[in-house]
Amino acid sequence: MTMNHSAKVINNQPQAVSRPLIAMLVLVGGLVGLFISFAVSISVGADMIPQSAVWDAVFHFHAQETQDQVIHYLRLPRAVAGVFVGAALAVAGALMQGMTRNPLADPGLLGINGGSEFMLALSFALFPKLSFGYLLLLSFVGAGIGAVLVYGLGALSRGGLTAVRLTLAGAAISALLVALSQGIALYGGLSQDLTYWLAGGMSGTNWVQVEWLIPCVIVGLIGAMVMSKSVTVLSLGEDVATALGQRTNMVKLVCTGLVLILAGASVTIAGPIGFVGLVVPHIARYFVGVDYRWIIPCAAVLGSLLIVLSDIGARMIHPPYEVPLGAVIALVGVPFFLYLARRDRRGL
Amino acid sequence: MQMSTADGKTHQRVARAMMVMAVVSALIMIVFIISMDTGPIRMTPGEVIRTVFGEGTAKDQLTLFAFRLPRIVITILIGAGLAVSGCILQAVTHNPLSDPGILGINSGAGLVVILYTLFFPNVQSTFALPFLAFFGALLTAVLIYALAAKRREGLSPTRVVLVGIAIAAAINAAMMVLEMLLDPQNFQFVATWLAGSIVGTDWTYVLALLPWIIVLLAFTLYKSRVLNVLSLGDQLATSLGAPVEREKRLLLGVAVALAGASVAVGGAISFVGLVGPHLARRLVGTKYEFLVPASALTGALLVILADMLAKWVLQPTEIPTGIVVAVIGAPYFLYLIVRWK
Repeated sequence: MTMNHSAKVINNQPQAVSRPLIAMLVLVGGLVGLFISFAVSISVGADMIPQSAVWDAVFHFHAQETQDQVIHYLRLPRAVAGVFVGAALAVAGALMQGMTRNPLADPGLLGINGGSEFMLALSFALFPKLSFGYLLLLSFVGAGIGAVLVYGLGALSRGGLTAVRLTLAGAAISALLVALSQGIALYGGLSQDLTYWLAGGMSGTNWVQVEWLIPCVIVGLIGAMVMSKSVTVLSLGEDVATALGQRTNMVKLVCTGLVLILAGASVTIAGPIGFVGLVVPHIARYFVGVDYRWIIPCAAVLGSLLIVLSDIGARMIHPPYEVPLGAVIALVGVPFFLYLARRDRRGL
Repeated sequence: MQMSTADGKTHQRVARAMMVMAVVSALIMIVFIISMDTGPIRMTPGEVIRTVFGEGTAKDQLTLFAFRLPRIVITILIGAGLAVSGCILQAVTHNPLSDPGILGINSGAGLVVILYTLFFPNVQSTFALPFLAFFGALLTAVLIYALAAKRREGLSPTRVVLVGIAIAAAINAAMMVLEMLLDPQNFQFVATWLAGSIVGTDWTYVLALLPWIIVLLAFTLYKSRVLNVLSLGDQLATSLGAPVEREKRLLLGVAVALAGASVAVGGAISFVGLVGPHLARRLVGTKYEFLVPASALTGALLVILADMLAKWVLQPTEIPTGIVVAVIGAPYFLYLIVRWK
């Protein structure tokens, strides 16, 4: 019974169809929206800079002028990071949900957030003077350890790696890692430091981080597009996928790797932003149907849009202070998601 | 479940389930006895026994009866309540990842605790806290219900799950903002609460919790046949003649009541509700007649054991029980996952 426990959750919609036309609309509209919000994102902030000066700063950068410096060193990397983190998280979430066939799955379920939190807590406790760069590296290593543990335990088990086993192993390992980091943090009196770090969001993103992030995310996104057809097949169920000739274990291994690259890089840069990976794939699915060849690009665009918009909000609600990004994302995303969840069941 | 199952095999399964439950109960008793001897104030086992039979000193009696016993009883009740709540939710939503957390219960209670700490920064541990937390949990559940229910279609489990995660995300976001406003000392208190530590350690809470949990557990047990049918899926359940909507609503209500009460007294111990039922399922199989009591017992064992270790490992400081629950529960659960075919 545990086997079909999770099975019927995603795919029992009355109309399990794909809507390429709407998908194209979402993609085009989303990209236009993204472009506009990107432009807004680099022009608004604690220091208001007129649009003309913004473009001047972007295309003719003068290192001496303060405004140019603000744009070039603070806002531009931040906006770019927002675009890539949003896309990465949403696509990682879509892959997780397709792979595990569970609407509650998100990238964190692969032990990525837990692993990164654990490594951060450990390094705060043991090496409090570690530089920022090392912390980022350790956080990424932690994400990797979490994912390897989850996948390894799932794959090592007697009956092989099934969706249910992956989900349960992921939930258990995440809980274990989070508990350990909470323990370390409470024992060392580091809880608030850790919370500040984890709620970090996009502020303080610099070019070095972005140069790291972009190749990771691009590789991840291309990989996800290549795998999208296989994910669609896998999301129909293990039996169906096997019957159609798919090597399901291989698909799961590749998807796990992609989720690790995408979500690991995002967690390292922006902290664990829970909502995007969980909910944006549902929103994309609502618009475009069940075909992951459309879900993945639409989720990427919508995820970017959500984060860039929310990041504008995070700066503008209470300037010059920053509101935690996760809070703004929820503020923007939850009402919209609730509206979709209530309207009808076609995609959700 | 299958008609063709030979009588002997059914018999074997029943015997096995009974055996497992007997063993788990025995373990709970053992941990119970060891727990009475665990705590910051030293008591020899002899003193404990003497005190139990009414021959101890006044100080020993106070330690044992006013501090240790109520806390031990509460851990058992919380463990049982959370695990059975998770058991119901996993059956009703057909999702192995469901736990009381998806109904926003932990978040709702946590939000109220943070708000309380913000407005009354000097009164940390208080009698009213569990009741406030329960109120928060209940309010969240009502909100989720109101948003998920639709007049014509009733309550679809998928929508409950989705609305639940959305509301939980919203509340968690609010909590994150509020946490930043707390001063470090109060933050530590809230962080400890959120990690799951037993706050209500008074006989009053035992008396408040005991009838509540017992009645709800008995009711769940009475409904175990309905749970068997519901776990097959809504369509099959309907075609088997179950009044699916009504039963689901009722059982969701029970799950909320169980988890809300437990979280109120025990803090946000999230792992028990998720893993307790899965552990039980590995041990006794999938029939809810056995699964419900077995979940209650494994949940109780998990929490009572964790609470003992929480008091004992880093004496005289205490680790939040919820952390210990995950640290001892997760490896065992992972071991079962690896072993299970």
